[in-house]
Amino acid sequence: MHPAVSVILFTVSSGAGFGLILMAVALSLMGWVPGMGPGHTLVAILIGSVLATIGLLSSTAHLANPKNAWRAFFRFRSSWLSREGVFAVLFYPTVLVYLISLWLARDTGSLAWWGVLFGILTGLLALATVFCTGMIYASLRTIPQWNSALVPANYLLLAISSGTVILTLIAAIQGIELNVLSGLALVLLVIAGLAKLLYYIWIGKPQGPTLNTAMGITRAKIKILESGQSSRSFLNKEFSNQVPAQTVKQMRWVVYLAGFVIPAILMLIVLQTSMMVLTALAVLLLLGGLAIERWLFFVEARHVVNVFYGQ
Amino acid sequence: MKLGLVIDMDTCVGCHACVVSCKQWNTSGTLGALTDYEPYGKEPNGVAFNRVRSYEVDEYPNNKTVNMPMSCMHCETAECVTVCPTGASYKREEDGIVLVDQDKCMGCNLCSWACPYGARELDQASGTMKKCTLCVDRIYDTELPEAERQPACVLTCPSKARHFGDFDDPDSNVSVLVRERNGLQSMPELGYNPVNHYLPPRPKPNAPTHNGGQLEPLTDRFKKWLNKVVVR
Repeated sequence: MHPAVSVILFTVSSGAGFGLILMAVALSLMGWVPGMGPGHTLVAILIGSVLATIGLLSSTAHLANPKNAWRAFFRFRSSWLSREGVFAVLFYPTVLVYLISLWLARDTGSLAWWGVLFGILTGLLALATVFCTGMIYASLRTIPQWNSALVPANYLLLAISSGTVILTLIAAIQGIELNVLSGLALVLLVIAGLAKLLYYIWIGKPQGPTLNTAMGITRAKIKILESGQSSRSFLNKEFSNQVPAQTVKQMRWVVYLAGFVIPAILMLIVLQTSMMVLTALAVLLLLGGLAIERWLFFVEARHVVNVFYGQ
Repeated sequence: MKLGLVIDMDTCVGCHACVVSCKQWNTSGTLGALTDYEPYGKEPNGVAFNRVRSYEVDEYPNNKTVNMPMSCMHCETAECVTVCPTGASYKREEDGIVLVDQDKCMGCNLCSWACPYGARELDQASGTMKKCTLCVDRIYDTELPEAERQPACVLTCPSKARHFGDFDDPDSNVSVLVRERNGLQSMPELGYNPVNHYLPPRPKPNAPTHNGGQLEPLTDRFKKWLNKVVVR
Protein backbone atom coordinates (compact mmCIF):
# COMPACT_ATOMS: atom_id res chain seq x y z
CA MET A 1 0.00 0.00 0.00
CA HIS A 2 1.10 3.56 -0.66
CA PRO A 3 2.23 5.11 2.66
CA ALA A 4 0.61 8.56 2.76
CA VAL A 5 2.51 10.94 5.06
CA SER A 6 -0.73 12.53 6.29
CA VAL A 7 -2.12 9.17 7.40
CA ILE A 8 1.14 8.22 9.17
CA LEU A 9 1.18 11.55 11.03
CA PHE A 10 -2.53 11.19 11.81
CA THR A 11 -2.39 7.70 13.30
CA VAL A 12 0.81 8.26 15.31
CA SER A 13 -0.11 11.71 16.63
CA SER A 14 -3.78 11.12 17.43
CA GLY A 15 -2.96 7.65 18.76
CA ALA A 16 -0.42 9.09 21.21
CA GLY A 17 -2.78 11.95 22.10
CA PHE A 18 -5.77 9.72 22.81
CA GLY A 19 -3.53 7.24 24.65
CA LEU A 20 -2.19 10.06 26.82
CA ILE A 21 -5.72 11.24 27.60
CA LEU A 22 -6.95 7.74 28.42
CA MET A 23 -4.05 7.08 30.80
CA ALA A 24 -4.24 10.55 32.42
CA VAL A 25 -7.98 10.13 33.07
CA ALA A 26 -7.61 6.59 34.38
CA LEU A 27 -4.63 7.30 36.64
CA SER A 28 -6.06 10.52 38.09
CA LEU A 29 -9.48 8.97 38.77
CA MET A 30 -7.88 5.98 40.45
CA GLY A 31 -5.45 8.26 42.31
CA TRP A 32 -2.62 5.84 41.68
CA VAL A 33 0.04 8.51 41.04
CA PRO A 34 0.97 10.25 44.30
CA GLY A 35 1.06 14.05 43.93
CA MET A 36 -0.95 14.14 40.68
CA GLY A 37 -3.76 16.66 41.31
CA PRO A 38 -6.47 18.03 38.99
CA GLY A 39 -4.11 20.82 37.90
CA HIS A 40 -1.56 18.33 36.67
CA THR A 41 -4.20 16.23 34.91
CA LEU A 42 -5.52 19.39 33.24
CA VAL A 43 -2.14 20.03 31.55
CA ALA A 44 -1.84 16.40 30.42
CA ILE A 45 -5.36 16.39 28.95
CA LEU A 46 -4.69 19.68 27.15
CA ILE A 47 -1.47 18.37 25.58
CA GLY A 48 -3.23 15.13 24.63
CA SER A 49 -6.05 17.08 22.97
CA VAL A 50 -3.54 19.16 20.98
CA LEU A 51 -1.77 15.99 19.75
CA ALA A 52 -5.08 14.36 18.82
CA THR A 53 -6.23 17.51 17.01
CA ILE A 54 -2.99 17.78 14.99
CA GLY A 55 -3.54 14.17 13.92
CA LEU A 56 -7.20 14.58 13.06
CA LEU A 57 -6.54 17.74 11.04
CA SER A 58 -3.73 16.10 9.07
CA SER A 59 -6.04 13.16 8.31
CA THR A 60 -8.21 15.47 6.22
CA ALA A 61 -5.14 16.25 4.07
CA HIS A 62 -5.37 12.89 2.28
CA LEU A 63 -8.93 13.56 1.10
CA ALA A 64 -9.13 14.38 -2.59
CA ASN A 65 -12.40 16.27 -2.15
CA PRO A 66 -12.40 17.64 1.44
CA LYS A 67 -15.44 19.87 0.88
CA ASN A 68 -17.60 16.76 1.34
CA ALA A 69 -15.82 15.67 4.55
CA TRP A 70 -18.81 16.72 6.68
CA ARG A 71 -20.82 13.93 5.07
CA ALA A 72 -18.53 11.34 6.67
CA PHE A 73 -20.56 11.30 9.90
CA PHE A 74 -23.70 9.75 8.43
CA ARG A 75 -22.82 6.10 7.85
CA PHE A 76 -22.23 5.18 11.51
CA ARG A 77 -24.10 1.92 11.16
CA SER A 78 -21.82 0.37 8.55
CA SER A 79 -18.53 2.26 8.15
CA TRP A 80 -15.66 2.18 10.66
CA LEU A 81 -14.30 5.40 9.16
CA SER A 82 -17.62 7.08 9.89
CA ARG A 83 -17.63 5.70 13.45
CA GLU A 84 -14.11 7.04 14.00
CA GLY A 85 -15.24 10.47 12.80
CA VAL A 86 -18.31 10.47 15.06
CA PHE A 87 -16.35 9.45 18.17
CA ALA A 88 -13.60 11.98 17.38
CA VAL A 89 -16.16 14.79 17.11
CA LEU A 90 -18.10 13.72 20.24
CA PHE A 91 -14.78 13.75 22.09
CA TYR A 92 -14.41 17.54 21.92
CA PRO A 93 -17.49 18.74 23.89
CA THR A 94 -16.91 15.93 26.41
CA VAL A 95 -13.28 16.80 27.02
CA LEU A 96 -14.24 20.48 27.30
CA VAL A 97 -16.66 19.76 30.18
CA TYR A 98 -14.02 17.55 31.82
CA LEU A 99 -11.39 20.31 31.48
CA ILE A 100 -13.81 22.81 33.11
CA SER A 101 -14.37 20.43 36.03
CA LEU A 102 -10.58 20.00 36.41
CA TRP A 103 -10.14 23.78 36.31
CA LEU A 104 -12.74 24.25 39.07
CA ALA A 105 -11.09 21.53 41.17
CA ARG A 106 -7.50 22.75 40.77
CA ASP A 107 -7.48 24.50 44.17
CA THR A 108 -9.68 22.22 46.26
CA GLY A 109 -8.25 19.06 44.71
CA SER A 110 -11.58 17.25 44.74
CA LEU A 111 -13.38 16.64 41.47
CA ALA A 112 -17.18 17.16 41.28
CA TRP A 113 -19.36 14.10 40.49
CA TRP A 114 -20.06 15.36 36.98
CA GLY A 115 -16.33 15.86 36.51
CA VAL A 116 -15.79 12.16 37.27
CA LEU A 117 -18.59 11.22 34.89
CA PHE A 118 -17.24 13.31 32.02
CA GLY A 119 -13.72 12.08 32.79
CA ILE A 120 -14.85 8.51 32.28
CA LEU A 121 -16.72 9.50 29.10
CA THR A 122 -13.63 11.30 27.76
CA GLY A 123 -11.48 8.22 28.36
CA LEU A 124 -14.02 5.92 26.73
CA LEU A 125 -14.34 8.16 23.64
CA ALA A 126 -10.54 8.29 23.29
CA LEU A 127 -10.43 4.50 23.51
CA ALA A 128 -13.27 4.10 20.99
CA THR A 129 -11.63 6.46 18.47
CA VAL A 130 -8.32 4.55 18.51
CA PHE A 131 -10.16 1.23 18.27
CA CYS A 132 -12.09 2.50 15.22
CA THR A 133 -8.83 3.61 13.57
CA GLY A 134 -7.53 0.07 13.94
CA MET A 135 -10.79 -1.44 12.70
CA ILE A 136 -10.74 0.67 9.50
CA TYR A 137 -7.70 -1.36 8.49
CA ALA A 138 -8.66 -4.66 10.12
CA SER A 139 -12.05 -4.74 8.36
CA LEU A 140 -10.50 -4.89 4.88
CA ARG A 141 -10.56 -8.48 3.60
CA THR A 142 -8.64 -7.33 0.54
CA ILE A 143 -5.43 -6.83 2.55
CA PRO A 144 -4.50 -10.10 4.32
CA GLN A 145 -1.78 -8.37 6.40
CA TRP A 146 -4.40 -6.08 7.95
CA ASN A 147 -7.38 -8.38 8.25
CA SER A 148 -6.64 -9.51 11.80
CA ALA A 149 -7.58 -8.79 15.40
CA LEU A 150 -3.86 -8.12 15.96
CA VAL A 151 -4.23 -4.81 14.10
CA PRO A 152 -6.68 -3.01 16.48
CA ALA A 153 -4.84 -4.65 19.39
CA ASN A 154 -1.58 -3.14 18.14
CA TYR A 155 -3.16 0.27 17.58
CA LEU A 156 -4.57 0.29 21.13
CA LEU A 157 -1.38 -0.96 22.80
CA LEU A 158 0.85 1.46 20.88
CA ALA A 159 -1.48 4.37 21.67
CA ILE A 160 -1.56 3.54 25.38
CA SER A 161 2.17 2.86 25.72
CA SER A 162 3.24 5.98 23.79
CA GLY A 163 0.67 8.01 25.76
CA THR A 164 2.09 6.74 29.05
CA VAL A 165 5.67 7.62 28.05
CA ILE A 166 4.51 11.15 27.15
CA LEU A 167 2.59 11.35 30.44
CA THR A 168 5.83 10.41 32.25
CA LEU A 169 7.61 13.31 30.55
CA ILE A 170 4.80 15.73 31.49
CA ALA A 171 4.94 14.48 35.09
CA ALA A 172 8.74 14.89 35.10
CA ILE A 173 8.37 18.52 33.98
CA GLN A 174 5.68 19.07 36.64
CA GLY A 175 7.98 17.58 39.29
CA ILE A 176 5.76 14.64 40.23
CA GLU A 177 7.21 11.38 41.49
CA LEU A 178 7.85 9.14 38.45
CA ASN A 179 7.97 5.66 40.00
CA VAL A 180 4.42 4.55 39.12
CA LEU A 181 4.38 6.18 35.68
CA SER A 182 7.75 4.96 34.44
CA GLY A 183 7.07 1.48 35.81
CA LEU A 184 3.73 1.39 34.03
CA ALA A 185 5.30 2.73 30.81
CA LEU A 186 7.94 -0.01 31.01
CA VAL A 187 5.33 -2.77 31.37
CA LEU A 188 3.17 -1.35 28.55
CA LEU A 189 6.16 -0.97 26.20
CA VAL A 190 7.10 -4.62 26.78
CA ILE A 191 3.53 -5.80 26.12
CA ALA A 192 3.18 -3.60 23.02
CA GLY A 193 6.56 -4.78 21.72
CA LEU A 194 5.59 -8.43 22.16
CA ALA A 195 2.26 -7.82 20.38
CA LYS A 196 4.10 -6.16 17.48
CA LEU A 197 6.54 -9.07 17.33
CA LEU A 198 3.60 -11.46 17.18
CA TYR A 199 2.14 -9.38 14.31
CA TYR A 200 5.41 -9.48 12.36
CA ILE A 201 5.64 -13.25 12.80
CA TRP A 202 2.01 -13.64 11.72
CA ILE A 203 2.33 -11.60 8.50
CA GLY A 204 5.41 -13.61 7.57
CA LYS A 205 3.17 -16.51 6.59
CA PRO A 206 2.08 -16.54 2.93
CA GLN A 207 -1.64 -15.90 2.82
CA GLY A 208 -4.47 -14.49 0.73
CA PRO A 209 -5.76 -15.04 -2.80
CA THR A 210 -3.48 -15.90 -5.72
CA LEU A 211 -3.62 -15.42 -9.48
CA ASN A 212 -4.92 -19.00 -9.65
CA THR A 213 -8.01 -18.32 -7.55
CA ALA A 214 -8.43 -14.99 -9.34
CA MET A 215 -8.69 -16.69 -12.75
CA GLY A 216 -10.28 -19.91 -11.56
CA ILE A 217 -7.43 -21.90 -13.11
CA THR A 218 -6.13 -23.60 -10.00
CA ARG A 219 -3.85 -26.32 -11.33
CA ALA A 220 -1.39 -24.52 -13.57
CA LYS A 221 1.37 -21.95 -13.27
CA ILE A 222 0.22 -18.51 -14.42
CA LYS A 223 2.36 -15.53 -15.24
CA ILE A 224 1.46 -12.12 -16.59
CA LEU A 225 2.31 -11.35 -20.20
CA GLU A 226 0.78 -7.90 -20.60
CA SER A 227 -0.68 -5.58 -18.00
CA GLY A 228 -2.50 -3.79 -20.81
CA GLN A 229 -1.14 -0.38 -19.82
CA SER A 230 2.02 1.45 -20.78
CA SER A 231 2.53 3.30 -17.48
CA ARG A 232 1.54 3.04 -13.84
CA SER A 233 -2.16 3.66 -13.22
CA PHE A 234 -4.00 4.62 -10.03
CA LEU A 235 -4.12 0.95 -9.09
CA ASN A 236 -0.34 0.59 -9.21
CA LYS A 237 0.37 3.90 -7.50
CA GLU A 238 -2.08 3.27 -4.67
CA PHE A 239 -1.61 -0.44 -4.05
CA SER A 240 1.92 -1.45 -4.96
CA ASN A 241 5.23 -0.16 -3.74
CA GLN A 242 8.81 -0.67 -4.78
CA VAL A 243 10.49 -0.72 -1.37
CA PRO A 244 13.24 -3.39 -1.44
CA ALA A 245 12.86 -6.30 0.98
CA GLN A 246 16.27 -5.46 2.46
CA THR A 247 15.07 -1.96 3.46
CA VAL A 248 11.94 -3.40 5.04
CA LYS A 249 14.08 -5.78 7.09
CA GLN A 250 16.36 -2.97 8.27
CA MET A 251 13.40 -0.77 9.13
CA ARG A 252 11.97 -3.52 11.32
CA TRP A 253 15.13 -3.34 13.41
CA VAL A 254 14.71 0.42 13.68
CA VAL A 255 11.13 -0.13 14.87
CA TYR A 256 12.19 -2.68 17.49
CA LEU A 257 15.06 -0.54 18.79
CA ALA A 258 13.64 3.00 18.59
CA GLY A 259 10.04 2.03 19.23
CA PHE A 260 10.37 -0.52 22.01
CA VAL A 261 13.77 -1.69 23.29
CA ILE A 262 15.58 1.64 23.88
CA PRO A 263 12.51 3.49 25.31
CA ALA A 264 11.92 0.51 27.64
CA ILE A 265 15.55 0.59 28.83
CA LEU A 266 15.30 4.36 29.29
CA MET A 267 12.11 3.89 31.34
CA LEU A 268 13.93 1.32 33.47
CA ILE A 269 16.70 3.88 34.16
CA VAL A 270 14.10 6.59 34.85
CA LEU A 271 12.49 4.22 37.36
CA GLN A 272 15.77 4.24 39.30
CA THR A 273 16.99 7.82 38.74
CA SER A 274 13.94 9.95 37.70
CA MET A 275 16.07 11.82 35.12
CA MET A 276 13.92 14.14 32.99
CA VAL A 277 16.36 14.24 30.04
CA LEU A 278 16.08 10.48 29.56
CA THR A 279 12.29 10.70 29.59
CA ALA A 280 12.39 13.36 26.87
CA LEU A 281 14.79 11.20 24.84
CA ALA A 282 12.41 8.23 25.24
CA VAL A 283 9.48 10.29 23.91
CA LEU A 284 11.45 11.46 20.85
CA LEU A 285 12.75 7.98 20.03
CA LEU A 286 9.36 6.40 20.56
CA LEU A 287 7.49 8.84 18.28
CA GLY A 288 10.15 8.45 15.58
CA GLY A 289 10.02 4.67 15.93
CA LEU A 290 6.23 4.67 15.73
CA ALA A 291 6.28 6.82 12.57
CA ILE A 292 8.50 4.18 10.95
CA GLU A 293 6.32 1.41 12.40
CA ARG A 294 3.28 3.03 10.71
CA TRP A 295 5.20 3.48 7.44
CA LEU A 296 6.06 -0.24 7.52
CA PHE A 297 2.43 -1.07 8.33
CA PHE A 298 1.49 0.37 4.93
CA VAL A 299 4.55 -0.77 2.98
CA GLU A 300 4.23 -4.40 4.10
CA ALA A 301 0.49 -4.55 3.37
CA ARG A 302 -0.13 -6.30 0.05
CA HIS A 303 -3.47 -5.49 -1.54
CA VAL A 304 -4.91 -8.36 -3.61
CA VAL A 305 -5.13 -6.14 -6.74
CA ASN A 306 -1.37 -6.74 -7.05
CA VAL A 307 -2.21 -10.37 -7.81
CA PHE A 308 -3.67 -9.32 -11.18
CA TYR A 309 -0.40 -7.60 -12.03
CA GLY A 310 1.54 -10.77 -11.23
CA GLN A 311 3.08 -9.32 -8.07
CA MET B 1 -33.06 -8.09 -11.06
CA LYS B 2 -29.39 -8.88 -10.77
CA LEU B 3 -27.69 -7.38 -13.78
CA GLY B 4 -24.14 -8.29 -14.70
CA LEU B 5 -21.73 -9.59 -17.29
CA VAL B 6 -20.45 -12.95 -18.38
CA ILE B 7 -16.98 -12.79 -19.90
CA ASP B 8 -15.69 -15.64 -21.99
CA MET B 9 -11.97 -16.16 -21.34
CA ASP B 10 -11.96 -18.78 -24.11
CA THR B 11 -12.90 -16.47 -26.95
CA CYS B 12 -11.52 -13.17 -25.66
CA VAL B 13 -8.64 -12.24 -27.94
CA GLY B 14 -7.36 -9.37 -25.79
CA CYS B 15 -7.93 -6.69 -28.43
CA HIS B 16 -8.85 -3.98 -25.89
CA ALA B 17 -11.82 -2.85 -28.00
CA CYS B 18 -14.02 -3.02 -24.86
CA VAL B 19 -11.53 -0.83 -22.98
CA VAL B 20 -11.64 1.81 -25.70
CA SER B 21 -15.40 1.79 -26.20
CA CYS B 22 -15.95 1.88 -22.42
CA LYS B 23 -13.77 4.94 -22.12
CA GLN B 24 -15.37 6.56 -25.16
CA TRP B 25 -18.91 6.10 -23.86
CA ASN B 26 -18.34 6.81 -20.19
CA THR B 27 -16.13 9.85 -20.54
CA SER B 28 -19.32 11.67 -21.46
CA GLY B 29 -21.55 9.45 -19.32
CA THR B 30 -23.18 9.83 -15.90
CA LEU B 31 -19.92 9.79 -13.94
CA GLY B 32 -18.51 12.64 -15.95
CA ALA B 33 -15.19 12.84 -17.70
CA LEU B 34 -12.63 10.05 -17.28
CA THR B 35 -9.58 12.23 -16.87
CA ASP B 36 -6.35 11.50 -18.70
CA TYR B 37 -3.07 12.49 -17.12
CA GLU B 38 -0.25 13.51 -19.47
CA PRO B 39 -2.12 12.19 -22.54
CA TYR B 40 0.70 13.29 -24.84
CA GLY B 41 3.50 13.07 -22.26
CA LYS B 42 6.06 10.40 -21.49
CA GLU B 43 3.84 8.34 -19.22
CA PRO B 44 0.26 8.69 -20.40
CA ASN B 45 -2.30 7.21 -18.02
CA GLY B 46 -5.76 7.95 -16.76
CA VAL B 47 -9.02 6.76 -15.27
CA ALA B 48 -10.44 3.58 -16.81
CA PHE B 49 -13.44 1.45 -15.80
CA ASN B 50 -12.33 -1.60 -17.70
CA ARG B 51 -8.86 -3.10 -18.09
CA VAL B 52 -7.69 -6.20 -19.96
CA ARG B 53 -4.68 -8.18 -18.80
CA SER B 54 -3.06 -11.10 -20.61
CA TYR B 55 -1.61 -14.14 -18.92
CA GLU B 56 0.38 -17.18 -19.90
CA VAL B 57 -1.21 -20.24 -18.33
CA ASP B 58 0.82 -23.41 -17.76
CA GLU B 59 4.24 -24.14 -19.21
CA TYR B 60 5.61 -25.14 -22.60
CA PRO B 61 4.42 -27.19 -24.45
CA ASN B 62 1.02 -26.92 -22.76
CA ASN B 63 1.05 -23.14 -22.39
CA LYS B 64 -1.65 -20.89 -23.71
CA THR B 65 -2.51 -17.22 -23.57
CA VAL B 66 -5.61 -16.30 -21.58
CA ASN B 67 -6.96 -12.75 -21.55
CA MET B 68 -8.90 -11.51 -18.57
CA PRO B 69 -10.91 -8.28 -18.90
CA MET B 70 -11.86 -6.76 -15.56
CA SER B 71 -14.43 -4.17 -14.63
CA CYS B 72 -16.73 -3.78 -11.63
CA MET B 73 -18.23 -7.14 -10.62
CA HIS B 74 -21.27 -5.45 -8.98
CA CYS B 75 -20.75 -7.81 -6.03
CA GLU B 76 -23.68 -9.00 -3.95
CA THR B 77 -21.58 -8.39 -0.82
CA ALA B 78 -20.25 -5.04 -1.98
CA GLU B 79 -17.77 -4.17 0.77
CA CYS B 80 -16.97 -0.91 -1.05
CA VAL B 81 -20.47 0.25 -0.13
CA THR B 82 -20.17 -0.90 3.50
CA VAL B 83 -16.94 1.01 4.18
CA CYS B 84 -18.06 4.27 2.51
CA PRO B 85 -18.37 6.87 5.30
CA THR B 86 -20.35 9.42 3.30
CA GLY B 87 -22.97 7.21 1.67
CA ALA B 88 -21.69 8.21 -1.78
CA SER B 89 -21.26 4.55 -2.77
CA TYR B 90 -24.49 2.65 -3.09
CA LYS B 91 -25.90 -0.55 -4.55
CA ARG B 92 -29.21 -0.13 -6.35
CA GLU B 93 -32.04 -2.14 -4.87
CA GLU B 94 -33.79 -2.69 -8.21
CA ASP B 95 -30.96 -4.10 -10.36
CA GLY B 96 -27.89 -4.46 -8.10
CA ILE B 97 -25.75 -1.93 -9.96
CA VAL B 98 -23.10 -0.35 -7.71
CA LEU B 99 -22.68 3.39 -8.30
CA VAL B 100 -20.90 6.39 -6.75
CA ASP B 101 -22.79 9.63 -6.13
CA GLN B 102 -20.25 12.17 -7.36
CA ASP B 103 -21.88 14.95 -5.31
CA LYS B 104 -21.31 13.12 -2.03
CA CYS B 105 -17.87 11.50 -2.48
CA MET B 106 -15.05 13.04 -0.44
CA GLY B 107 -12.24 11.09 -2.14
CA CYS B 108 -10.93 9.18 0.90
CA ASN B 109 -9.98 6.12 -1.25
CA LEU B 110 -11.30 3.65 1.34
CA CYS B 111 -13.74 1.99 -1.12
CA SER B 112 -10.91 1.37 -3.58
CA TRP B 113 -8.98 -0.27 -0.74
CA ALA B 114 -11.97 -2.50 -0.01
CA CYS B 115 -12.32 -3.62 -3.65
CA PRO B 116 -10.30 -6.75 -4.51
CA TYR B 117 -10.82 -6.33 -8.26
CA GLY B 118 -9.35 -2.86 -8.75
CA ALA B 119 -12.67 -1.64 -10.12
CA ARG B 120 -12.53 1.79 -8.50
CA GLU B 121 -10.17 4.56 -9.53
CA LEU B 122 -9.82 8.04 -8.10
CA ASP B 123 -10.13 10.88 -10.60
CA GLN B 124 -7.54 13.44 -9.52
CA ALA B 125 -9.26 16.21 -11.46
CA SER B 126 -12.63 15.92 -9.71
CA GLY B 127 -11.25 14.39 -6.49
CA THR B 128 -13.93 11.71 -6.56
CA MET B 129 -14.05 7.95 -6.97
CA LYS B 130 -15.23 6.63 -10.34
CA LYS B 131 -16.18 3.17 -11.48
CA CYS B 132 -18.03 1.05 -14.03
CA THR B 133 -21.73 1.95 -14.16
CA LEU B 134 -22.71 -1.11 -16.21
CA CYS B 135 -23.66 1.65 -18.67
CA VAL B 136 -26.72 2.50 -16.59
CA ASP B 137 -27.18 5.44 -19.00
CA ARG B 138 -27.49 3.08 -21.98
CA ILE B 139 -29.36 0.02 -20.78
CA TYR B 140 -32.50 1.93 -19.74
CA ASP B 141 -32.44 4.52 -22.54
CA THR B 142 -35.71 4.09 -24.42
CA GLU B 143 -34.46 6.45 -27.13
CA LEU B 144 -32.02 3.76 -28.23
CA PRO B 145 -33.12 0.82 -30.39
CA GLU B 146 -33.75 -2.17 -28.13
CA ALA B 147 -30.78 -4.16 -29.41
CA GLU B 148 -28.45 -1.34 -28.38
CA ARG B 149 -29.65 -1.16 -24.78
CA GLN B 150 -26.55 -2.98 -23.58
CA PRO B 151 -23.24 -1.89 -22.04
CA ALA B 152 -20.82 -0.35 -24.54
CA CYS B 153 -18.20 -3.06 -23.93
CA VAL B 154 -20.69 -5.84 -24.75
CA LEU B 155 -21.89 -4.17 -27.95
CA THR B 156 -18.40 -3.58 -29.29
CA CYS B 157 -16.76 -6.94 -28.52
CA PRO B 158 -15.71 -8.32 -31.95
CA SER B 159 -15.33 -11.89 -30.70
CA LYS B 160 -18.64 -11.84 -28.80
CA ALA B 161 -16.84 -12.73 -25.58
CA ARG B 162 -18.96 -10.45 -23.43
CA HIS B 163 -22.58 -11.08 -22.50
CA PHE B 164 -24.99 -8.91 -20.51
CA GLY B 165 -28.11 -10.07 -18.71
CA ASP B 166 -30.12 -10.75 -15.58
CA PHE B 167 -28.66 -13.41 -13.28
CA ASP B 168 -31.89 -13.65 -11.28
CA ASP B 169 -33.65 -15.14 -14.30
CA PRO B 170 -32.55 -18.81 -14.59
CA ASP B 171 -33.36 -18.83 -18.33
CA SER B 172 -31.52 -15.63 -19.27
CA ASN B 173 -28.59 -15.85 -21.67
CA VAL B 174 -26.09 -15.23 -18.92
CA SER B 175 -27.54 -17.80 -16.51
CA VAL B 176 -27.57 -20.44 -19.26
CA LEU B 177 -23.96 -19.66 -20.21
CA VAL B 178 -22.79 -19.89 -16.59
CA ARG B 179 -24.64 -23.19 -16.16
CA GLU B 180 -23.49 -24.82 -19.37
CA ARG B 181 -19.89 -23.63 -19.45
CA ASN B 182 -19.11 -23.87 -15.71
CA GLY B 183 -18.92 -20.11 -15.25
CA LEU B 184 -16.88 -19.07 -12.24
CA GLN B 185 -16.37 -16.14 -9.93
CA SER B 186 -13.01 -14.46 -9.43
CA MET B 187 -11.54 -14.91 -5.93
CA PRO B 188 -14.60 -16.66 -4.45
CA GLU B 189 -12.67 -17.24 -1.19
CA LEU B 190 -12.97 -13.55 -0.29
CA GLY B 191 -16.74 -13.91 -0.06
CA TYR B 192 -17.66 -10.79 -2.05
CA ASN B 193 -19.94 -12.93 -4.21
CA PRO B 194 -19.31 -11.07 -7.50
CA VAL B 195 -22.23 -11.04 -9.95
CA ASN B 196 -20.00 -11.04 -13.04
CA HIS B 197 -18.87 -14.51 -14.05
CA TYR B 198 -16.00 -15.77 -16.19
CA LEU B 199 -16.21 -18.70 -18.57
CA PRO B 200 -12.99 -20.76 -18.36
CA PRO B 201 -11.04 -21.68 -21.51
CA ARG B 202 -12.46 -24.81 -23.19
CA PRO B 203 -10.27 -27.88 -22.94
CA LYS B 204 -8.60 -28.17 -26.33
CA PRO B 205 -5.89 -30.46 -27.68
CA ASN B 206 -2.49 -28.86 -27.59
CA ALA B 207 -1.04 -27.51 -30.80
CA PRO B 208 1.31 -30.14 -32.27
CA THR B 209 4.91 -29.40 -31.45
CA HIS B 210 8.13 -30.71 -32.92
CA ASN B 211 10.76 -31.79 -30.45
CA GLY B 212 13.85 -31.13 -32.55
CA GLY B 213 15.70 -33.63 -34.69
CA GLN B 214 15.55 -33.95 -38.49
CA LEU B 215 12.59 -32.14 -40.11
CA GLU B 216 10.70 -33.67 -43.02
CA PRO B 217 11.55 -32.12 -46.40
CA LEU B 218 9.78 -28.82 -47.00
CA THR B 219 7.82 -30.15 -49.99
CA ASP B 220 6.31 -32.96 -47.85
CA ARG B 221 5.34 -30.56 -45.11
CA PHE B 222 3.79 -28.19 -47.68
CA LYS B 223 1.75 -31.04 -49.18
CA LYS B 224 0.50 -32.07 -45.70
CA TRP B 225 -0.46 -28.50 -44.92
CA LEU B 226 -2.21 -28.12 -48.27
CA ASN B 227 -4.21 -31.30 -47.68
CA LYS B 228 -5.34 -29.98 -44.32
CA VAL B 229 -6.29 -26.52 -45.56
CA VAL B 230 -7.97 -27.18 -48.90
CA VAL B 231 -11.40 -28.67 -48.46
CA ARG B 232 -12.31 -31.01 -51.31
